[in-house]
Amino acid sequence: MKKILIIIRREYLYRVQKKSFIIMTILGPILMAALFIVPVYLANISDQQKRIAVLDETGLFQSAFKNSDKVTFENIYVSYQAATENMEAMGYDAVLYIPETVVNNPNSVKMSSRKDMGFAIVGLIEGTIKQELEAHRLSLSGIDKNVLKDIKVSVKINKYIMRDGEEEQSFSEISYVLGLLGGLLIYIFIFLYGSQVMRGVIEEKTNRIVEVIVSSIKPFQLMLGKIIGVALVGLTQFVLWIGLTTIIVVSLQHFNPEMYKYKEPPKAVIENKGLSQSDIDQQKDVLEISQSKSNQILEGIAHIQFVNILLVFLFYFIFGYLLYASMFAAIGSAVDNDADTQQFMLPVTVPLILALVSLNFVLNNPDGPVSFWLSMIPFTSPIVMMARIPFNPPVQLWEVGLSMTFLIAGFIFTTWIAGRVYRTGILMYGKKPTIKELFKWIKY
Amino acid sequence: MIYFEAENVSKSFANHYALDNVSIHVREQSIFGLLGPNGAGKTTLIRIINQIIGPDSGKLYIKGVPLSSYHTEDIGYLPEERGLYKKMKVGEQALYLAQLKGISKSDAYARLKSWFEKFGIEDWWNKRIEELSKGMAQKVQFIITVVHAPSLLIFDEPFSGFDPINAEMLKNEILELKNKGATIIFSTHNMSSVEELCDDIALINKSKVILSGNVHEIKRQYSSNIYQLKIREADSFDESKLAPLGILSDLERKDNCCSFIIELNEHSTSNDLLKTSMDFGYISSFEELMPSMNDIFISKVTGNKIHKKNRK
Repeated sequence: MKKILIIIRREYLYRVQKKSFIIMTILGPILMAALFIVPVYLANISDQQKRIAVLDETGLFQSAFKNSDKVTFENIYVSYQAATENMEAMGYDAVLYIPETVVNNPNSVKMSSRKDMGFAIVGLIEGTIKQELEAHRLSLSGIDKNVLKDIKVSVKINKYIMRDGEEEQSFSEISYVLGLLGGLLIYIFIFLYGSQVMRGVIEEKTNRIVEVIVSSIKPFQLMLGKIIGVALVGLTQFVLWIGLTTIIVVSLQHFNPEMYKYKEPPKAVIENKGLSQSDIDQQKDVLEISQSKSNQILEGIAHIQFVNILLVFLFYFIFGYLLYASMFAAIGSAVDNDADTQQFMLPVTVPLILALVSLNFVLNNPDGPVSFWLSMIPFTSPIVMMARIPFNPPVQLWEVGLSMTFLIAGFIFTTWIAGRVYRTGILMYGKKPTIKELFKWIKY
Repeated sequence: MIYFEAENVSKSFANHYALDNVSIHVREQSIFGLLGPNGAGKTTLIRIINQIIGPDSGKLYIKGVPLSSYHTEDIGYLPEERGLYKKMKVGEQALYLAQLKGISKSDAYARLKSWFEKFGIEDWWNKRIEELSKGMAQKVQFIITVVHAPSLLIFDEPFSGFDPINAEMLKNEILELKNKGATIIFSTHNMSSVEELCDDIALINKSKVILSGNVHEIKRQYSSNIYQLKIREADSFDESKLAPLGILSDLERKDNCCSFIIELNEHSTSNDLLKTSMDFGYISSFEELMPSMNDIFISKVTGNKIHKKNRK
């Protein structure tokens, strides 16, 4: 037992001190933090404010365009030609020309600018024109804007799950994301660190050090020590990633808190620009919807039993890895170099990939029979069960228990088989064994 | 006193017998040579002694105690397929492997330092194995084999891959270890090293021990009464007087000197030969021609008789 600890310590320290580990550990959180920060940052880049001259021949659009910190609109009353010629002198970035014909021919709107105006602004302008034209046409047909507003409805179903006669709100979107994330993480972990175990075994074999080691310690102990050592490296990296990512995100929020707050539209703009009451109502509605949505997400997150999910995740994370790692070790012991592993990798990776491919199906049918069986089979259960766990109603306790029992049994079984292949394989040099020979090694 | 014993050890792999009822006895503080052609089963026996694999049947004892896992700490093993972690520092991995043999880190450190000093390689401590030449790595490997001061040392083909200088060093170290009390088993094809080093041998062929015992006794057993004589002032040399004693060959007469080889028949002794030869002149050399271990090895394995010419 003491010697397994020596093995674990070497495997751990050796890998943790490797340059690739350190680089990955630092780079990972930076990339993850960038994933959170870059979109926010980009959205907040205060571009130079654009000034757009609006030459409105119809008079419908005098107050249609709303100013923002990105763009301001000013009505001008000169000819299109004069406006475009003196655009620079008057300090405009673009001239928007809305001819009288626009009511019948919406495509007659023209905009000329000194530089390309970008999607966002063009989209905003197009949207506004469309909205105003629609309103105009409606009023021509005798329908009031407010009547239309009353007709329009927005539907959002509040989903509830009946449990023990009580209603519980359901948040399947959050469950979906959590399940996907958990399943993916386990898949990546198994592959990344399982193949590290395999390469470690191949390294010991090709270096010819393995026979020196197994004269001091049993091959099975060596294999187990390596698997556990690598698992600890994986956990360390995982914890460091989460920790560092949190630190980066939190510290950035601390240094620049404004950027990450939800921004309310400035009231002054609404009040001063003489918007109609209905516009203000509309804006408020939008605000309310987005607020209630974010509240719902918050409520949903609060509702999810994170501690339970985390515990289950850790279990499947560790045992899923252990189940596969011993098989990876056995493959490593059977070959002399990385290139020869392909043939044996296939049968091991097929169930893993199957589990990954089925994720989408499982997330959409977390309680179906396929999901149930895939979460019972030890080779797919770590990924599939992890995808099912966050959903409401929760997976039955007996299902989780049975799945875990199967997984532990599967782990003991594969490790036992792998140990038998391993102890023979590490001492075989030269010839690549056939699958048939591997079975002989297991039996013998 | 017997240090290590293997009794009727058999081992078969999926498709062949590796060892068939093999028994060996290794005396304490002796050097035991395990000889045999490739594939005879030497490495299998050595791996069984090291408990890397188990025998199908048979018993093994160290000082009369059945071999068990704690014995591994008292055995030093230099395998035929040997090497070290290429990317790990010399000192680090020596410490690691020493700890796996059950000695504490501080103890291992002190012992390794003194071995490194002995070989004059202290400044390799922080180098990686991949930075060292093959010969240098072999020195490190040897130190790792003996650092825990085991009382049984097992070398599988120790001289293969060693350059002559390192091979000589290894030979001297093996003798020194023996003098300090270690018992040594080694397998080899190198017959000259067998004669130089070994006290006892076992010759394994096709998974069976076909010859074993003390090196000198075996050679005596395989000597078949062949002698070489040189005689000065052999004026009265007479071939016919030697004829009743045995078969004469390789007769050379030059400048009044004469030399010949004679294979005595069953009724004659070396003393008869001397008495007869004394009449021919002055005997300047009288030597029994012993077979070399190499000859015995080849004749036992191939089944051919040892040729007279090969003796010296």
